[in-house]
Amino acid sequence: MKKIFNSNAFEKMLATLIAIVAGLLFGLVIMLLINPSMALGGFGAILSAGFLNGGESLGEVLFKATPLIITGLAVAFAFKTGLFNIGVSGQLMIGAFFAVYVGVRWNLPPSIHWLVAILAGIVGGMVWALIPALLKAFRNVHEVVATIMMNYIAMYTSKMLIEATIYDTVRQEARPVLSGAVLPTLGLDKLFGFNQLNSGIIIAILATIVIYILLEKTTFGFQLKAVGFNRNAARYAGVNDKSNIVYSLLISGALAGLAGAVLYLAPGSGLKLETTHQISNYGFQGIAVALLGMSHPIGTMGAGLFFGYIEAANQELQAWDFKREIIDIISSSIIYFSAFTLFFQRYSHKFMVWLGKLFGKKEVEVATETVNDEKENGGNDNETNV
Amino acid sequence: MSYVIEMLNITKAFPGIIANDNVTLQLKEGEIHALLGENGAGKSTLMSILFGLYQPDEGEIKVRGEVVRIKNPNDANDLQIGMVHQHFKLVENYTVLENIILGREETKFGILTKKEARHRIMELAEHYGLKIDLDAKIEDITVGMQQRVEILKMLYRNADILIFDEPTAVLTPQEISELMLNMKNMIKEGKSIILITHKLNEIKMVADRCSVLRKGKYIGTVEVKDTSVEQMAEMMVGRKVDFNIERDPAKIGEVVLEVEGINHYNEYLHKNDLTDVSFKVNSGEIVVVAGIEGNGQSQLAGVITGLNTPKSGHIVLNGEDITRKTIRQKTLTGISHIPEDRHKHGLVLDFNLASNLILQTYFDKRFQKYGFFNFKAINEHVDELIDQFDIRSGQGRRTIMRSMSGGNQQKAIIARELSRDMNLVVAVQPTRGLDVGAIEYIHRKLINLRDNNKAILVFSLELDEVFAIADRILVMFEGRIVANLKADETNENELGLYMSGSKEAQNEENI
Repeated sequence: MKKIFNSNAFEKMLATLIAIVAGLLFGLVIMLLINPSMALGGFGAILSAGFLNGGESLGEVLFKATPLIITGLAVAFAFKTGLFNIGVSGQLMIGAFFAVYVGVRWNLPPSIHWLVAILAGIVGGMVWALIPALLKAFRNVHEVVATIMMNYIAMYTSKMLIEATIYDTVRQEARPVLSGAVLPTLGLDKLFGFNQLNSGIIIAILATIVIYILLEKTTFGFQLKAVGFNRNAARYAGVNDKSNIVYSLLISGALAGLAGAVLYLAPGSGLKLETTHQISNYGFQGIAVALLGMSHPIGTMGAGLFFGYIEAANQELQAWDFKREIIDIISSSIIYFSAFTLFFQRYSHKFMVWLGKLFGKKEVEVATETVNDEKENGGNDNETNV
Repeated sequence: MSYVIEMLNITKAFPGIIANDNVTLQLKEGEIHALLGENGAGKSTLMSILFGLYQPDEGEIKVRGEVVRIKNPNDANDLQIGMVHQHFKLVENYTVLENIILGREETKFGILTKKEARHRIMELAEHYGLKIDLDAKIEDITVGMQQRVEILKMLYRNADILIFDEPTAVLTPQEISELMLNMKNMIKEGKSIILITHKLNEIKMVADRCSVLRKGKYIGTVEVKDTSVEQMAEMMVGRKVDFNIERDPAKIGEVVLEVEGINHYNEYLHKNDLTDVSFKVNSGEIVVVAGIEGNGQSQLAGVITGLNTPKSGHIVLNGEDITRKTIRQKTLTGISHIPEDRHKHGLVLDFNLASNLILQTYFDKRFQKYGFFNFKAINEHVDELIDQFDIRSGQGRRTIMRSMSGGNQQKAIIARELSRDMNLVVAVQPTRGLDVGAIEYIHRKLINLRDNNKAILVFSLELDEVFAIADRILVMFEGRIVANLKADETNENELGLYMSGSKEAQNEENI
């Protein structure tokens, strides 16, 4: 227990919690301005919607959180390895198309059909991430520019491909996938009493664990992070920086594609691939999730669950006469406040020291930050050769 | 003579560290006062307090006899205190003139006029003998000239108390002597100077008095002319420092590194920056490549270690041609590389100490199995290195590299590179920016390895260092090796002639 309290990670978490509380309070202020009489009730609904109807509500939270966790992971993973993948949306759209195409057109035994469809989605995301990855690694084209452009290309490409291959002209959307390609529910729908809940959440949790282990416990992750933090030093240490940049965007793209597959293969959601001129919003929400989760895989999962939680308040909120946009305002102001995390962290540090004093000496010692000797006192030989 | 600045009993604490503990500094009018201390001794904190960047917890500051409170750099400016920071604060794509007047622009009907400013700056420059080109852009001029711009910025603002923070760290030997001359000129004009440094020679050259800090504490103030370099070093480090490390004559073994006819093409300058470079390094000797910065040393080190690819020529290690091998392969054939720029190449600053210590060996069988780290083995190895190389940090192996002092960062690199199995050590300016204690330490390590029959190739810009460790000296000038000398058969004068290109070795066959 002490170890948890003392860790830097705990301080960071506390700072994030402060950001969340600040964001929620800001939302409350907005609600008070819009409709004072309903504000408190509506705010209560946001806070309680995830519990209100017991298992069903919780099921909805998990369902809503699933794509957020996976896209958040995609962004966080790229970020941990020094890349800013703005193209998660595009990769997700192509991944979704690949998955749905396999789900609609391929005739496979039901036991493996959904699995193949998911793999197709992953491949789709990787294909879309490959181009910016190669440009970045070999021509040093900034990945932000390349991935944003790929989003637009993805939008038109997927529209074209859907219309050419799996289009239902009457409903103006993609045809439904075959029953074998729908994600198994594993009884989760019954367990929680929420009929849309499916194995997607299990996949999201597994992906989180895999990414965590990859980043923290393996030599491969070590290389990826070294290239991300300092490409020159990684090269000096004999790491092939070019191939590692390609790998890390490919993995990020794979996650994005996975998110696309999980979204559109979900049972009973009624969500179909459409051919509107719109870039999927999930990729951008993924950025928010990763930001709030401080790009840590576990943190990202927590952030995804949190956003899923307040998303679930949607219907409840309408009962209090508020538009669903209020949730977006709260979400975005939380992100805004989490940009102050470093600022909050200073206070949470002080808070931890204070807690330490309260509970005994040991904590104080560890919690006392070692001051940046170099910066404060010298910076004497920092980069002497600029 | 009266004091222009008195900082009395200054104490400043940051969480977890007391940066200045009851420090007193008194600057006489018209003197050059050196502030000496190791990295992290609290010199910069003290100056930041004087410049209004920090507020002292205790103590008072008097300027020209009056107690003042300096709340921000503007207050310091008003008191005619100016500072040349170690990292220049210039706008890269502005001209020299624009940089000098920035913040003090003169306008006519709201429109910027530079005419009068230009006139005044020209006068100042001439008066103090500071050579500059007012219309050149900062990004196009040398570091030495950028520093002169910073000096003119202070003079233009009528500063008469000048603080120089490590001014020579980025300069070539020529530029250093020019700066020293300029400083003496300024004193003649009635300015007073505080010189922050850890280079004792410079203090000996220009300073009148010297105050020493050690680990935030005030050690004392001495008259420079009555104090030897050794005594000052002892005050700074807290123990006797050996400048002349005793060593046995080299026992030269067989050839380890053979560099044959290396040419390297510079894509930006469109010309060769290495031309027909050939030399050998044997086991059991330290070969030092001397030369003024920018004569191809970095490229040569890069070609040997694999960071650069040569246009032609061969690198042979223990009889094996390794010219075209990857960096990883070169590392594994036994090259240890202490890189020139420790922040750019040597370290991943956002990794912790442990990760940096295994940066070259993380893939070793000891540390991983099927790609999964064996943290127990890593931690044992890392703790051993930390202990053996005396790397000091706040939280041991978990300390983030960025928060460690420069000396300890360099020690981490040294520990990593010198603890591996190797035949050849390539050390590029291994002591750059370090204080005497750390320098002595690194020199000892290199000499130890030499005595253990390793081949050592050092690149150095400092003549002191060249003579302290070299068995053989190669001099580089404009991408070529112009001299190959035995260290005990030459002297600084001769070396200086080779380095500046005014002399070239006749005996080419020796090279």
